[in-house]
Amino acid sequence: MLQVSNLDVVIEGKPILTDVDLEVADSEIVAVLGPSGSGKSTLLRAIAGLVEPADGEVRWDGSSLNGVPAHRRGFGLMFQGYALFPHMTVAGNVGFGLRMAGSGEVTTDVEAALDRVGLAGFGPRRIESLSGGEQQRVALARTLAPNPRLVMLDEPLGALDRNLRQKLVVDTRAILEERGVTAIVVTHDRDEAVAMSDRLAIMREGTIAQSGRLEDILADPADEWVTAFLG
Amino acid sequence: MRHTRTVATIVIGLALIGAGCGEREQTDTPETLRLIAHESFAAEVDETTFAPFTDETGIEVEVIASDDAGTLVNQAVLSKDNPLADVLFGVDDTFLSRALDEGIFTAYESAHIETVDPDLAHPESMVTPIDYGDVCFNYDKEWFAESGLAVPDSLDQLTDEAYAGLVTVEHPATSSPGLAFMLATIDTFGEERWLDWWSEMKAAGIDIAPDWDTAYYGEFTRYGGPSPIVMSYASSPPAEVIFAEEPLDEAPTGVIEAGCYRQVEYAGILEGTPYPESAGQLIDFMLSVAFQEGIPLTWFVYPANADAQLPPEFVEHTTIPDHPTRMPSERIAENRDEWIDQWVAVMEG
Amino acid sequence: MRRRVRWGWVAMAAIPTLFIGYFFVYPLVRILALGLSELSIGTDGVESRLLRVGWFTVWQAVVSTILTFIAAAPLTWAVSRYEFPGRRLAMGLVTVPFVLPTVVVGTAFVALGWQESIGAILAAHVFFNVAVVVRTVSTLWSRIDPRLLDAARVLGASETEVFRRVTLPLLRPALAAAGSIVLLFTFTSFGVVLILGGYQYATLEVEIYRQAVDLFDLPLAAALAIVQLVGVSAALWWYSRYQERTAVAWTLERGSNRMRPARRTRVGVAVAVIGTLAVLGIPLGVLVGRSLSGPFYRALLTDDRVVGDPLAAVGNSLRFAVVAMAVATVVGLLAATVIASRKGRVSRWFDLTLMLPLGTSAVTIGFGFILALDRPVDLRASVWLVPIAHALVAVPFVVRTTVPTLRAIPEETRQAAAVLGAGPFRVWREIDLPIVSRAALVGAGFAFVISLGEFGATSFIARPNSTTIPTMIFRLLSRPGEVSFGMAMALSVGLAVITAAVVMAIDRARIGELGTF
Repeated sequence: MLQVSNLDVVIEGKPILTDVDLEVADSEIVAVLGPSGSGKSTLLRAIAGLVEPADGEVRWDGSSLNGVPAHRRGFGLMFQGYALFPHMTVAGNVGFGLRMAGSGEVTTDVEAALDRVGLAGFGPRRIESLSGGEQQRVALARTLAPNPRLVMLDEPLGALDRNLRQKLVVDTRAILEERGVTAIVVTHDRDEAVAMSDRLAIMREGTIAQSGRLEDILADPADEWVTAFLG
Repeated sequence: MRHTRTVATIVIGLALIGAGCGEREQTDTPETLRLIAHESFAAEVDETTFAPFTDETGIEVEVIASDDAGTLVNQAVLSKDNPLADVLFGVDDTFLSRALDEGIFTAYESAHIETVDPDLAHPESMVTPIDYGDVCFNYDKEWFAESGLAVPDSLDQLTDEAYAGLVTVEHPATSSPGLAFMLATIDTFGEERWLDWWSEMKAAGIDIAPDWDTAYYGEFTRYGGPSPIVMSYASSPPAEVIFAEEPLDEAPTGVIEAGCYRQVEYAGILEGTPYPESAGQLIDFMLSVAFQEGIPLTWFVYPANADAQLPPEFVEHTTIPDHPTRMPSERIAENRDEWIDQWVAVMEG
Repeated sequence: MRRRVRWGWVAMAAIPTLFIGYFFVYPLVRILALGLSELSIGTDGVESRLLRVGWFTVWQAVVSTILTFIAAAPLTWAVSRYEFPGRRLAMGLVTVPFVLPTVVVGTAFVALGWQESIGAILAAHVFFNVAVVVRTVSTLWSRIDPRLLDAARVLGASETEVFRRVTLPLLRPALAAAGSIVLLFTFTSFGVVLILGGYQYATLEVEIYRQAVDLFDLPLAAALAIVQLVGVSAALWWYSRYQERTAVAWTLERGSNRMRPARRTRVGVAVAVIGTLAVLGIPLGVLVGRSLSGPFYRALLTDDRVVGDPLAAVGNSLRFAVVAMAVATVVGLLAATVIASRKGRVSRWFDLTLMLPLGTSAVTIGFGFILALDRPVDLRASVWLVPIAHALVAVPFVVRTTVPTLRAIPEETRQAAAVLGAGPFRVWREIDLPIVSRAALVGAGFAFVISLGEFGATSFIARPNSTTIPTMIFRLLSRPGEVSFGMAMALSVGLAVITAAVVMAIDRARIGELGTF
C-alpha cells in the first residue's frame, strides 16, 4: 500500500506540491485528475523518487521511502512523452528493467510483455519506425515488464487520436486489472480517468482538492471549483 | 558495485602507468646512464650508437630527446635540483654561458682532451667539445657555371649590384645558422660597421628566410628557388653527394669561405648526478676515435678529436674554412638580444 | 537520494580532475610561480613590443577563425545535408591538413610563393583548421530533424530564412564549439607564425618561446604566459556561458538525415566539395608532386642508411596515438558528462580548465612538466608523457564534440532508466554513453590524428628517444640532399594517407555502430 502524507515539493523556489495526502490500496487503481499545471506529474515524480520532497513522506507498506533513490523503489513510471530509449530496439526498451533487475529470462519475458500489449513480434523493430499507438504500448510494456509493485502512468494516452484512445483506455485498464497491479493514472480527461480507475483524486494548484468515486464526489463536491471542473 | 569496480580499475590503471617508470637503484655503477640531447642528435641514435660503450662498461645509455639547444639548456636548468639525466650533450656557445652561470655542470677533464684543438676546449673543463660545424654560404655550381658570374669570395663583394637578389640567409631570431651568420658579420666588420653591411645587403635585396629548411629547400636554386647563394653548412656539399638520387662525382654545391662561423657543441656532466664517474666514461667514449669517426656521416658535423679520420666525401667535396669566426659565449649572451633588435630595426624597420 | 547522485558525480569528476590537475594545473602553477618569484616589473622598451604582439595575437586569431568558418561553410553544408558518393572520402581528405607537420606545409606554402606575409599566416590557419569546423558542425547538422525545417517552410519561410532562423540557431552549440577550438589554436599558433610570418609577426606564443628559450627571461615569459592565460580564460568564460544559455534540449534524430541531393542541388554539392578539396589540395599537390619526383617511396622502405626504420616510426606513432586517444576519450567523456549534468559555476570552471591546455603555450606546459613531474614517480622523461601531452590537447575536442549531444538528451530518458532500476552509473552506461558514442568517436578521431601529427607541443617535453613519423620528417628535412628532401615529402604523404585512412575507418565505424543501436 502506498501512502503519501503531507508532501511538499518546491522546485526552483516555487511550491509545486503543498501538503498532499494520498493513499492507494493494494490492487487499487487511482486516477489523479486535474488541469494542466496542477502538479500531477510532479506528484508522480516525487513518488517515483525523481524529485526530492521538501517535506512530508512517501511510504510503502508502512516503511518510509525518503532517501531511497528511484532505481531502488521498484516502482514503474510511464512518462507522458513515453521517453523511449531512441538508441535501443523495442525489445531493448522492454527488456531494460528486466536487465537492471538481473533477470535471466529477459528474452522470454520481453516476448510475453509484448504479447500482452498486442505487439508480438515487434522486438527487433526500431523505435522511430513505430506509430504513436505502438509507442504507447511499448512504453506500457516497458513499464510493466519488471513487475513493479506500483505502476504510475502519466497521461498515458495524451498524444493519441480519439479513436485510438477509446480503444487503449479499455486495453490499458484490462492489462492493469488482469495482473491486479496497484496503479496511479494521471490524466486531465475526466472520462478517461473514470474509465481507467477505481477512484479519483482531484488535484488543484498542488493539492488534492477531493478524492473518492466520481458519483460520491458529484454528490458531495468539496467546493464550486470541483463541480465546475467535473461538470 | 559495478560502479566502484570500474572506477577502481581506471584508478589502478593510471597508477600502473605511473609505476611503469620506477626510480633507479643507488649504486656506484649504474645499469643505465641517461644522456639528454637535442632532437637533431637524438634522432640519429640507434641501438648501435652506444653499443661499444655498453660492451666495454656494461652500462646501457638511455637517450632523452629535447628540442633544440635552447630548450635543452632550459630543461637542464629547471631540473637542476633533481637532474633529468647524467650527461647533457648539445650545448653550444650561444647557450653555454647561461648554462655555466646556472651551475648545471660539474667539471670533468676527459682522458682524450689532448686530442682536441685547444681553441675548442673549455678552459676550466666545465664542458667537453664533441663536435663542431661551420655555418657557411653555399652556392649552386650549376647556376654560376650557366650565368658566368664569378663566385664571390668576400662579404663585401656580396653587396655588389651583380649579386643583388641572389642571396638568402636565415633570420637570426628564429634560426641558429641565422644567428651564427649575424655573429660572423659582427666579428668580421666590428660593432661599428656591421649594420652598414646589412643595410647595403637590404638595399641589394637580400632574402631572409625564417629557418634553414625554408632557406635551403625553398629558396635555393638547386631546389627550384630564386637564390643561388644560401646560408647553410660546410658539410652540406658532402651531404648533397651522399643523399643524391644518382651517384655524383662532384658535389653540386660549393662552400664560400668568407663569412663562416664555427659552432662548437659540448657535452657536460650534470651537477647532482649520482654517477659522475660513469658519466665521465661516457664523455670519454664520445670523444674516442671510434665514436668520433662516425660523427660526420651521422650528424654532418666535424669531429672534435683531431685524430679522427674524415670520410672521403668530407675530404673531396668540401673545404674546412681556414679562419672561421667564433665569439665567446659570454659576449653572445650579453649582447644577443640587443644585436637582434638592432638587426631587426635595420632589416625590417 | 541527493547524496547518492552527488557521489556518482564526484566519482565521475575525479578522473578528469586528477588528470587535468596533475598534468596541467600543477605544472602550470609551478612554472608560473617560479617565473613570477623573480619578476621585476618595468623592463624598459618591452611594453610597446608586447602591446604589438598581444594585439597581433588577438586579431589574427579572430580573423583566422572567421575566415576558417567562411572557407568551411560550403563543404560543411554539403556533407551535413547530403549523402553522395565519396562523402566519407571527402571527410577523410579534409582532415589531412590538420595533421600535417607545420614544417612540411610551410615548405609547400613557400614553394607556392606565399611567404612571410600576413596573408600566408591566415591562409595556413584556414588550411589547418577547416577540418575542425567541418567535422564538429556536421556532426550536429546532419542530425537536425528535417521536420523542423519543413515546419518553417510551411510557415512561409524562404530557404534563406529557414537557414537563418532555424538551422543556424540550432547549430549554435556546435558553431561555438568549433569556433572556440579554432580560436584557441590560432591564438596559440607557433610554427605557422614562425615559418610564414617571420620575426615581425610574433604571436604571444612565439614571444613566450623567445623569452624563455632564447633569452632565458623566465619571469617575462611567465608574465606573458599569464597574459595569454587570462585572455584565453576570458574568451572561454564567455563562451561557456554562451553555450549554456543557448543549449536547447531538442530531440536529436537517432541517425543522420542526409539525403541524396536533388538534381538541382547536385551541382551545388559538387561545387562545394570539389571546390574546397581543390583549394586545400593545392599545397597537398605540391607535396605529392615533390614526393614523386624520384624513387623516394622505395627509398623509404629500403634505404636504412638514411632513415633508421620507417616502419618502426609508423608503429611508434600509431601506438602513441592509440594511447592518447584512449586517455583523451575516457577523460573527455567523463568530463563531458559532469559538465553536461550540471549548470552553474562549478561545471563552468571545470569546462574552462579542461579547455585551457589548448590555449596555453607549449613551452609553458613542457617546462612545467620538468619542474613538477618528478614526484612521486619521476615521469619527466617517461614514455607516457608524450601521449599524455597529446591527450591534454585532445581532451577539449572530446568534450566539445560530446557536451552538445549530452545536453540534448532529454532528462526524462535518463529518469525512465532510473525508474526501471538503473543506478546513476548504469544510467550513464546505458543511456548517455551509447547515445553520445557517435559524437565521442568524432572527438576520439581528433585525438588520434592530433597525436599522429603532433610535433609542436611535444617538442618541449624531454622524452625518450623513440622516433615517430613527425620526428622522422623533421630529421630528414633538417639535412641537405635530394633524397632527404624527397623522402621527407614522401613520408609526409604517407602520414596524410594514414590519417585519411584512420578518419575514414572511424567514420565507417560510426555507420556500423548504428546497426546495433
